[in-house]
Amino acid sequence: MTRYNAWNFLRQAVQGHRGWHPAWGAAEPRRHYEVIVVGGGGHGLATAYYLAKKHGIRRVAVLEKGWIGGGNSGRNTQVSRSNYFYPVSSSFYDHSLKLYETLGRELDFNVMLSQRGLIVLAHSEHELELNRRWANAIRMNGVDSEILTPARIGKLAPAINLHARFPIVGGFIQRRAGISRHDAVVWGYARAASALGVDIVQGCEVTGFDIAGGRVRGVHTSRGTITADRVVMSVAGHASVVARLAGLRLPITTMALQAMVTEPLKPVLDVVVISAAIHAYVSQSDRGEIVIGGGSDVYNSYAQKGGLPAMHTTVGAVLELFPSFSRLRLMRQWAGMVDVTPDTTPIMGLTPVEGLYINCGWGTGGYKAIPAGGDTMADTVANNRPHPLIREFGLDRFARGALVDEGAAAGVAH
Amino acid sequence: MLRIPCPHCGVRDEPEFVFGGPSHVERPAFGVSDLEWTDYLFGRENPKGVHFERWLHEFGCGRWFNVARDTVTHEILATYRMGEPKPALPGPGGPDALRFPVVRGS
Repeated sequence: MTRYNAWNFLRQAVQGHRGWHPAWGAAEPRRHYEVIVVGGGGHGLATAYYLAKKHGIRRVAVLEKGWIGGGNSGRNTQVSRSNYFYPVSSSFYDHSLKLYETLGRELDFNVMLSQRGLIVLAHSEHELELNRRWANAIRMNGVDSEILTPARIGKLAPAINLHARFPIVGGFIQRRAGISRHDAVVWGYARAASALGVDIVQGCEVTGFDIAGGRVRGVHTSRGTITADRVVMSVAGHASVVARLAGLRLPITTMALQAMVTEPLKPVLDVVVISAAIHAYVSQSDRGEIVIGGGSDVYNSYAQKGGLPAMHTTVGAVLELFPSFSRLRLMRQWAGMVDVTPDTTPIMGLTPVEGLYINCGWGTGGYKAIPAGGDTMADTVANNRPHPLIREFGLDRFARGALVDEGAAAGVAH
Repeated sequence: MLRIPCPHCGVRDEPEFVFGGPSHVERPAFGVSDLEWTDYLFGRENPKGVHFERWLHEFGCGRWFNVARDTVTHEILATYRMGEPKPALPGPGGPDALRFPVVRGS
C-alpha cells in the first residue's frame, strides 16, 4: 500500500502520477473464509478491517451485492455526535466519535472530519427544560455539552431566524460533534482492510445461508457457495430480508429517509443545526452545499426514493429557520432505506444461530457509529461474546423487555 | 406522493392519511411462551413486496381501513374495510399487479 503522504505525492508528481495503484484489490471469492461479512457498507468494511488489524483474523471476505458504500453509507448527511441520553448509548457513540477523531491517521486516508459543533434547538420553555435535562445527562455520561441562550445561538449561526414561527428559546451544543466525508470513510476502511489481506467482493449477492445443526456453515451467493466458520450480517435497508434467509424474524420496519443538497454558496453556516420539534437538520458541506435532512416517509418502503410530502415538510421547516435559503435551488434529492427498531437502538451481537452475528437496525443514524460498530463487532466475532459496549444492544433485549429507548428519551430520531 | 383509494371516500392524496403499521396481526392466546409473545409485540414481517397495512383517513372520514401495497413500487393493489379478510392478490410484481388499484367494499 503506497502511503498517502507529501513525499509520495511529490515522487508521483515527478513521475507524472503513473505509479498509483487502485486503493483496494478486486477480489474473486475463494471457497472458504474464516469470517464472511455480508454487506460492504461502512460497518461491514470496518468490521473486516478491525478483525484483520486487532484480532489477526485475515482470511475475511466482505460480500457486497452492489458496490461498496452504495447503500446508506453513501446516502447519509455525514453527521457524527455522541449526545445521547442513556449511559449505554453515550459510551458507545462517544467511543465511535473518539475513533473518528484519529481515523484519518489510523487509515492513512483523510476522512475530512470537521468537529464544528452541533446545536440542538429548543422552541418552547418545555422543550428547553427537556434539553437541559438531556444536556446534563450527557455531561453526567462524560461527554461535552453546553446550554446556549438564543443570543449565543445567533452568534454561532447568524443566518438563523430566532423569531421563527416556533421561536428559538435556547438549546445546547456538543462542540466535538461534526461532519466528515462519508465516501472517504468507506474507501479508507476498504483500502486499509484490503492491504491487510481482506477480500472485498463486489457484485456478489448473498441468496441464502447454509445452516446445519443450528450452526452456520457458509453462504450461498450469486457467485456460488462459500463456506465460512463465522458470518456477520452487516446489512442496512435489507436487514429483515437477509435475516429471513437465516430463519430470523426481526423487530424492524424499513422506511425511506430523504436528504437533499442545495446549489453551493459561500460559507454561511459552520455548525450543524438540529431541531427535534420541527424535525430538520442542516449543515453546510465543504463544497458549499446546504445539506438538509428531515423525518422519514413514515410507511414501509424498499423503494430507495422518497415522496414529496415528507420533503415539503422538511424544506418548509428549514426555510422557516433559515429564510435566506429560500432563494437557493435544490440540486439533488435522494433517499436511503432505514431499518428502524422499536426503541431506535441498533441490534448488535450474537443470534440464535451459532457462528452467525448481526449488526443492523441503525435506523437513521448508522453513519456516526461506523468505527465503533466495526470495532465492537470484530471483537464480538473474534471472542464469540458481545463486546462490553454493545451488551445492551442484543436481539435478546426485546424478550427481556430491556429496551434502550433513545427515541423517547431524547425526543429525536437518529 | 401516494394516491390512496379510501374505501369510504375514494382516491385522496397521501397527506390526508396516517400510516398505522401492519394489519392482520393476531394477538396470541393467553398462555403462550415469552418468545411467542415477544414476536407478537415486536416481530415484523417487513416484506419486500406486498404489505398488508392499516391506514387512517385522518383528514377525511376519520376511519381506519386496510391497504395491500407493494413496498418496492408503492402500487396500491387493494384497499378494504377493517375486519375483512386479506384479498387474494395476483403475484407481487407480476403483470396483473400493474392493473388499476382494486377497491373492495365501496
